[in-house]
Amino acid sequence: MTLRQPPLTAAHEASGATLTEFGGWEMPVEFDSIRAEHEAVRESVGRFDVSHMSQLTVSGPDARRLTNRLVTNDVADLDPGESNYAAVTDDRGAMLDDTVVYRPPEAWSVDADYLVVPNAGHDDEMADRWVDHRESWELDATVENRTESFAMVALQGPDARELLAAETDADLGELGRFETTVGDVAGVETLVSRTGYTGEPGYELIYPWDEAETVWSALDCPPCGLGARDTLRLEMGFLLSGQDFDPEENPRNPYEAGIGFAVDLDSEFVGRDALEGVDVEGVDEKLRGIELVDRGVPRAGYPVASTDGERLGEITSGTMSPTLGRGIGLAYLPVGVGLDESVRVEVRGEPKKARTTATPFLDR
Amino acid sequence: MSFDVPDDLRYLDSHEWARVDDTSVRIGISEFAQDELGDVVFVDLPNEGDALTAGEDFGVVESIKAVSDIYAPVSGTVVAANDDLADRPELVNEDPYGDGWLIEVQLSDESELDDLLSAEEYRDQIA
Repeated sequence: MTLRQPPLTAAHEASGATLTEFGGWEMPVEFDSIRAEHEAVRESVGRFDVSHMSQLTVSGPDARRLTNRLVTNDVADLDPGESNYAAVTDDRGAMLDDTVVYRPPEAWSVDADYLVVPNAGHDDEMADRWVDHRESWELDATVENRTESFAMVALQGPDARELLAAETDADLGELGRFETTVGDVAGVETLVSRTGYTGEPGYELIYPWDEAETVWSALDCPPCGLGARDTLRLEMGFLLSGQDFDPEENPRNPYEAGIGFAVDLDSEFVGRDALEGVDVEGVDEKLRGIELVDRGVPRAGYPVASTDGERLGEITSGTMSPTLGRGIGLAYLPVGVGLDESVRVEVRGEPKKARTTATPFLDR
Repeated sequence: MSFDVPDDLRYLDSHEWARVDDTSVRIGISEFAQDELGDVVFVDLPNEGDALTAGEDFGVVESIKAVSDIYAPVSGTVVAANDDLADRPELVNEDPYGDGWLIEVQLSDESELDDLLSAEEYRDQIA
């Protein structure tokens, strides 16, 4: 299968990046050192090419009704310039994906009442979902898959604001978390959003595909790959679609996955009734943080057991935390297993001491 | 990119090196291997006295992104393991032929050395 390439492929190759397949895209996993890239974001600032993220625009008289009925959070109340995080669930309440839904500022020249940003490789599936439901609900909305119309770059880290402010006329001063504005960045009209997936202050920039290198190269800080993105998001306990939940392999509802805050039961959406039932009855398992006490690195698929050896679950995401210097991971465990309890993670057949912990792993 | 492949070492095609000193052999992974792995965060090594068999795995090197088995170039008994790697696994990246060595083995069959690659042969393999 031919991999899709972001508009910055030539720039990544020139930087000597190691490329990998991710969600059907060929993306940089590492430019020089995952550890160095991770530290750059935690301590100063780094830039990520996230052009592989899916982008759908929804416009027209029923854009709001359509979108609101397909995501778990209430997007009807979003004002232009606001966004929120939501899950997309099926009628069982199982998460198909997670997404940010933007209500772009009116000043943005792109025709879009809503901009939906699901995960890499989910663009066709989500576009079909929006179109199919538009048809069955007989709504009047235009749905466009704009994934290959826009470049997307995440600028993340405590120095992100200072760096971006030097390159843009957008007013960053008043921009709160999940708020969005429009301005020129290096002369390119850009949707500037105070969002990100690293736990650090920062921005996500969405702008025309053909201008990818203009903005990317103006942001003079270390380029970071998917490797650092994974260690950063995992230190925050953020979910990875297809790994921490998967509608086929590991169907999970938002309450199990710890994102109940992104479910608004006052809103009407596909999966709402199932999730109301879960909200009333509670869940059997919940995603927990796991920190290794012994040396070692938990990896996806490693079994988690009680100190008596009873199997409790398995690691869905794991890594060595560059910030903590300790192995960390996520696992769905029975709700009876509380926080700060001793467990064992079986690392290549050898039980290692670990404990359950709240997420995020870092205080951010 | 070209990688350092010291002439005085012997190599396995799985990227381990062996430095022979009389009958003891020091073992590590090549500069090419550490570069492929990326940031090494954990090294699991055998204990002193453990027996190794040539061609069989004896431990793992883990980087942030991958787990990699390490294979014994020769058979013998472990006489030392690099304890510094417990606290500083990054030595494997920083100095793969020096402070980042893994273990030392008392060789049990010298003839096995003949099966290892020369520096030139190994250079050809990673070229």
